[in-house]
Amino acid sequence: MSTPVAPLKDHERELREFRLRVAIAGCLVLAAFGLLFARFFQLQVLQHHSYASRAEENRIAIVPLAPNRGLILDRNGAVLARNVSGYTLEIAVARVADLERTLAELGEVVEIQPRDRSRFRKLLAETRNAESLPIRTRLTDEEVARFAANRYRFPGVEIKARLFRQYPHGDTASHVIGYIGRVSARDQERFEESRVEANYRGTDFIGKAGVEASYEAELHGTTGFEQVEIDAAGRGIRTLSRTPSHPGNNITLTIDIRLQEVAERLFGERRGALVALEPASGAVLALVSRPGLDPNLFVEGIDAASWSALNNSPDRPLNNRAIAGLYPPGSTFKPFMALAALELGKRTPRSAIQDPGYFLFGERRFRDSKPGGHGYVDLYKSIVASSDTFYYQLANDLGIDAIARFMDRFGFGARTGIDLEGEAAGVLPSPEWKLKRFRQPEQQKWYPGETISIGIGQGYNAYTPAQLGLAVATLANDGVMLRPRLVERIENQRTGERRALEPQLIRKILLRAENVEFVKRAMAGVNREGTGARAFAGVPYTSAGKTGTAQVIGIGQHERYDERRVAERLRDHSLFIAFAPVERPRIALAALVENGGFGARAAAPLARAVLDYYLLGKVPEVQPRKPAAEPELEEEGD
Amino acid sequence: MAAGQLTLRRAALRLRERIDGPLLVTALTLAGIGLMTLYSASYDAPARVNAQIANLGIALVAMWVAARIPPEGLLRLALPAYLIGLVLLVAVALFGDVVNGARRWLHLGFARVQPSEIMKLALPLMLAWYFHRNEGVLRLRDFAVAALLLLVPVLLIARQPDLGTAALVGAAGFYVIFFAGIRWRVLATLALLGAASVLPLWGLLHEYQRRRILTLLDPTQDPLGAGYHTIQSTIAVGSGGVLGKGWLQGTQAHLEFIPERHTDFIFAVFSEEFGLLGNAVLLVLYALLVGRGLIITLRAASLFARLAAGALSLMFFTYAFVNMGMVAGILPVVGVPLPMVSYGGTALATLFVGIGILMSIHNHRRLVQT
Repeated sequence: MSTPVAPLKDHERELREFRLRVAIAGCLVLAAFGLLFARFFQLQVLQHHSYASRAEENRIAIVPLAPNRGLILDRNGAVLARNVSGYTLEIAVARVADLERTLAELGEVVEIQPRDRSRFRKLLAETRNAESLPIRTRLTDEEVARFAANRYRFPGVEIKARLFRQYPHGDTASHVIGYIGRVSARDQERFEESRVEANYRGTDFIGKAGVEASYEAELHGTTGFEQVEIDAAGRGIRTLSRTPSHPGNNITLTIDIRLQEVAERLFGERRGALVALEPASGAVLALVSRPGLDPNLFVEGIDAASWSALNNSPDRPLNNRAIAGLYPPGSTFKPFMALAALELGKRTPRSAIQDPGYFLFGERRFRDSKPGGHGYVDLYKSIVASSDTFYYQLANDLGIDAIARFMDRFGFGARTGIDLEGEAAGVLPSPEWKLKRFRQPEQQKWYPGETISIGIGQGYNAYTPAQLGLAVATLANDGVMLRPRLVERIENQRTGERRALEPQLIRKILLRAENVEFVKRAMAGVNREGTGARAFAGVPYTSAGKTGTAQVIGIGQHERYDERRVAERLRDHSLFIAFAPVERPRIALAALVENGGFGARAAAPLARAVLDYYLLGKVPEVQPRKPAAEPELEEEGD
Repeated sequence: MAAGQLTLRRAALRLRERIDGPLLVTALTLAGIGLMTLYSASYDAPARVNAQIANLGIALVAMWVAARIPPEGLLRLALPAYLIGLVLLVAVALFGDVVNGARRWLHLGFARVQPSEIMKLALPLMLAWYFHRNEGVLRLRDFAVAALLLLVPVLLIARQPDLGTAALVGAAGFYVIFFAGIRWRVLATLALLGAASVLPLWGLLHEYQRRRILTLLDPTQDPLGAGYHTIQSTIAVGSGGVLGKGWLQGTQAHLEFIPERHTDFIFAVFSEEFGLLGNAVLLVLYALLVGRGLIITLRAASLFARLAAGALSLMFFTYAFVNMGMVAGILPVVGVPLPMVSYGGTALATLFVGIGILMSIHNHRRLVQT
């Protein structure tokens, strides 16, 4: 712009060029629209007849063929989840003009209960783009015949042969197996995000809990497709081509359903959990959470009454206590504390104290559960007789940081990584944890007094039975920690190819062999001459154990816990950890009976019966025990 | 009383000023056709029509606001809008939400936005700004810089992957370069180079994108997958005939043979129900919209205004052409909505803001014809 002449000339020329280009663009637009019009003319005038007939008569519908879901078996091949065929009466809502009238008229042909109606309405509200929804399931042969005769009256209503999921063992292992339920709008969104949407066309059900959910990808299978000619009313005339579906894989669990059954029977009406592992492989032999629930209720969409009964029960049957219930370990923590003391050089097998029945920390008196104390207590006796005073002092000597570091190695306060959804992490108390957990500065501070009760598995300690079971299994396995897993192998139904799932090492904890041996020997002593001796009287194999009692309520400085005066739900939890045989452990377990009182009383006999069954095949006689039985107070040392 | 009427009339006048009649009438007619078609396509979810009416209200307000920003204001906004769009595109690549397998949406706490939508307007404005700034002399180097400004956002969008939007944004940018006067020789060379790079580019495409292009050549190859859309939409169009099956009578749409019938494939529903005649009306309306835009382009006062108006006008054309071509089976299936007609608030707002910009440029046109 510095020279006034040349740009002006340029400007004129540029404008001319610009107008030319706009004109060219305008012509191109017209040409392109002309091309489109020509195409429309071709489709809508020249080829109209062919397209009109394709639209009117020969509609090709792509019908998805849902695959059969894989089976779930126990380690011995017993079927835990299977498919049975049955007839359903389904309504394609989009093709029904007057839904109310159709429902009323259908009611004259087959029985439709108010419950069926309300379930249908719920499905209608919850399902997106459903092709058809069931109004009745499991029709009798007679009902099928009656509807078939009246079918012409009901356009859009059809009988379909479908496969239903069935769980033959009812509420046994229900938290392991889980259940399936209808695909929800949220599931649908997840499919879209993970791009498996196409494979779920035609699939109405999806695993919602347990192995059914965590192994959904294996169990589901591959959807096939059928090209079907349909008429103007949308009815199929003939199949043009077919790509078959491939069934889902069969899953064999590590669970022994008989062991599981025995363990669950031993709980009776009591609440609680039990986790039994094979120490050398991480295989879960039994995983109990009581009360259970009947998974068959969920398959067809649970009705409101059953749901609220399950959901509102104070026993919380929907909760998988084994992996999501958090409990203080009580004295079952002591063997690990003892091992920590040995490994860190804070105690030797010969270290001993004189136990007066309490530990004084400043002003505060930490009481032993045995009034008057255990007298002379060395490390061995501290486990066998379960001395609290010994571990109060030990915790104080070790300090919270060392305890937290050591217990972290044994998996306390971390998810075990078991192949189930919804596992809780628990709480391994430490100053860092407290800093993160609380907001107020005075709450964030770790007080030295809080370390004391950590030593006997109380205080902030909170772990799942699965974590406790894994810790015992790891101890039994000399520090080699294997991820607990529920699946032994996966079998492709079509090819018969079997894929065994390998044990997965979590970590190898470096421990001195003589220290591990010492703790194992002391735990064997528990069952021979200690707090577990009564439950393990006359046992023909070698076993190691530790009782535990977890407080539910706090007890004042000058009060004594009197079980008879405490409401049943506030009574102590009864725990027991064990493994057997001691030399070459085949099974390790953690058992917990909620509000069962002393560990020696409720959990130890239960653990004994499970070990007896697994190692000897001895089926226990179960005498039904009332949860609120009058407590005997003779046992001591928890 | 009379005074009150006067203020009312004045208020109405104020509301109308800077609003271009022909543009508004054409756009509203198209939007009306859209609502009618949407009503037919939404027999299963009537709430969509109300939602779209609300979207239209918002879009009109956005248009009104845009029309009141003078071109100098737009000139100042161009660079920041482009930069914001670019930052959001990068953010989407890093933390975007995945919907339907593509990472296109960004959560901003209060709302989800699709940054590629911002680029549809920001890129042509940015390029117009760039050429305007270097008005005196335009060397090949300037075109190279412009190409870079164009390629960065286009490649980011293509990576999401959203090939359709990338192509449209790229086209809008190209139109600016074209109107800015890039030499024909250079264009011809680029076209040749483009043709030569088809093969290497093929390797960069996603599997599903390749399938879409292949099935375009022969939709019957894959009737279950990618070809399904094209087969069913051409059946819908073809079966419509000259006069169509009548409003609400389209069987292809109502028996759910047309996928995405509210959004990208709404033209199939329209075409089935209103036939060749309806299609002709739609083509004429789009031609009027684009024609009015090009007239505004010719009268625009500054280089920036000329380039922006020209690119926006051709952008409307491109959207309409690509969408209808896709439904009619002569262009690949890319996710492009039919302007003013398809269901969706974001796209509608973008288009009406574009119309508002055209109106603003028209308000500040050259008054003396040379």
